[in-house]
Amino acid sequence: MSSKNTYQPRKMSRRQLITDASRGICGVGLLATGLAGYAKQSQSIAAQCLRPPGALSEEDFLAACVRCGLCVEACPYDTLKLGKLFEPVTTGTPYFDANIIPCEMCDDIPCQEACPTGAISPSLASIDDAKMGLAVLLDRETCLNTQGLRCDICVRVCPLMDEAITLEVERNVRTGHHAMFIPTVHSDACTGCGKCEHACPLPEAAIKVLPLELAKGELGKHYRWGWIEKDNAGGSLIDEVLDLPDRVPEGLQ
Amino acid sequence: MKHPVGQEAIASKGWLSAHKYLLLRRFSQLTILSLFMLGPLFGVWVIKGNLSASVLLDTVPMTDPFVLLQAFAAGHIPETTAIIGALIITTGYFLVGGRVFCSWVCPVNMISDAAHWLRRKLKIRTSTKLSRKTRFWVLAMALILPIFLGTMAWELINPVSIFHRGVIFGMGMAWIILVGIFLFDLLLVEQGWCGHICPQGALYNLIGRFSPIKISATKRDNCDKCMDCFAICPEPEILKMPLFGESKGFGPLIKAADCTNCGRCIDVCSQDVFKITTILPRKAEV
Repeated sequence: MSSKNTYQPRKMSRRQLITDASRGICGVGLLATGLAGYAKQSQSIAAQCLRPPGALSEEDFLAACVRCGLCVEACPYDTLKLGKLFEPVTTGTPYFDANIIPCEMCDDIPCQEACPTGAISPSLASIDDAKMGLAVLLDRETCLNTQGLRCDICVRVCPLMDEAITLEVERNVRTGHHAMFIPTVHSDACTGCGKCEHACPLPEAAIKVLPLELAKGELGKHYRWGWIEKDNAGGSLIDEVLDLPDRVPEGLQ
Repeated sequence: MKHPVGQEAIASKGWLSAHKYLLLRRFSQLTILSLFMLGPLFGVWVIKGNLSASVLLDTVPMTDPFVLLQAFAAGHIPETTAIIGALIITTGYFLVGGRVFCSWVCPVNMISDAAHWLRRKLKIRTSTKLSRKTRFWVLAMALILPIFLGTMAWELINPVSIFHRGVIFGMGMAWIILVGIFLFDLLLVEQGWCGHICPQGALYNLIGRFSPIKISATKRDNCDKCMDCFAICPEPEILKMPLFGESKGFGPLIKAADCTNCGRCIDVCSQDVFKITTILPRKAEV
């Protein structure tokens, strides 16, 4: 093929190029703005949607999850579902609603095994260290135990009974001479499996599992507990409190 | 229009031969979809996952390169499994033709083909002008947005993954997007979604730029200019030069990566002008 009769495509004029490029950028830019707004909103955390065990933090999870559903198909209890369009959880990402089917905490963590991208992080070694969420006794007014009854169901169904949920004794002020056994969740042990929420006998559970980002407070990094520091130092770090003379109003002397 | 598209081909080759590639493509699309559904429906696990990422026979990982690029852009370094899967898929489509994904695998193709068919039946000719290059702008957007947002924005609305995921895991309200695409293709822009906007097709276009398997108008001298191939082709611009560009030094090979290797031009041609070929040089072909 000689260069003489080779067809040369018509060269695009500079005007044409600029026009085409600006049309492309404007049109797609408009679409991008709308999409970015929707994407930002979809990043907000849905309170009743928990991620599979070992999932990265919500922010990183949304960057990593390719929405393939392999974890959903690996889940033997049909706990996990994929978010559908217009549902509160980001479209296509896996979640479970503890109130419907809680996580059964399989020892071999099949959902983690199935994840091809690491959105469900392989660094979770034991299911007991999972942090899918945190159970919170949200409504102390309706929890039967707070009325002095011995329901205790949430404690008994907890896979980490007496570690993740304990019963703490309080005085029953209503009767004056009974005790109340208050279900108390310990965040260091709770995996967020949701068994307690699922088992709560109330029509609307008083204890609910929330995503960690919603449930957990955080102490200031610079906070120190005086009593712990005192133990560590072997004595008080400040001078003894000055004992000033008591000044009692004259009439009371 | 003088007659329905493909009438002459049906008359000369018979209905079956004149729909060979269409039937093969439908078979391929539906087989792939069924294989994915065998597991959830009947517990037969040939392939797990969906088109975004899957595992074949519990061993071969496959990942859609488009979604993995979005993950990279969002700041996540995926596990090796996903990366190997994307390499497998990219190599596979490079070999058979990048946009073979669009015409032989992607479920949205059935929607856009249906809209295109109805367009021909209802003789809807009006079509809003939209550049075929738009898809590359959308591709750029889909890969740039995650850099700033940290989430795969396009996957929120990507009809390809939404459709495929929906069939396997439950559709919810996603049918709205699919109906939207159908109406868009039918009433607004001819071949609007797949031929102008879809960034996933744009990426497979790039992957298939130098694919060895192409369609060629080898017997273009036989062409009787019935224009049926132009009417049926989802990317008709690409046919012009290989068919009529001989005097300008154009070869018969359809080199454009826009071509989806769908083979409908072969089907509708009564003169057997087109043929699937490889770009590897072959000796003594007259």
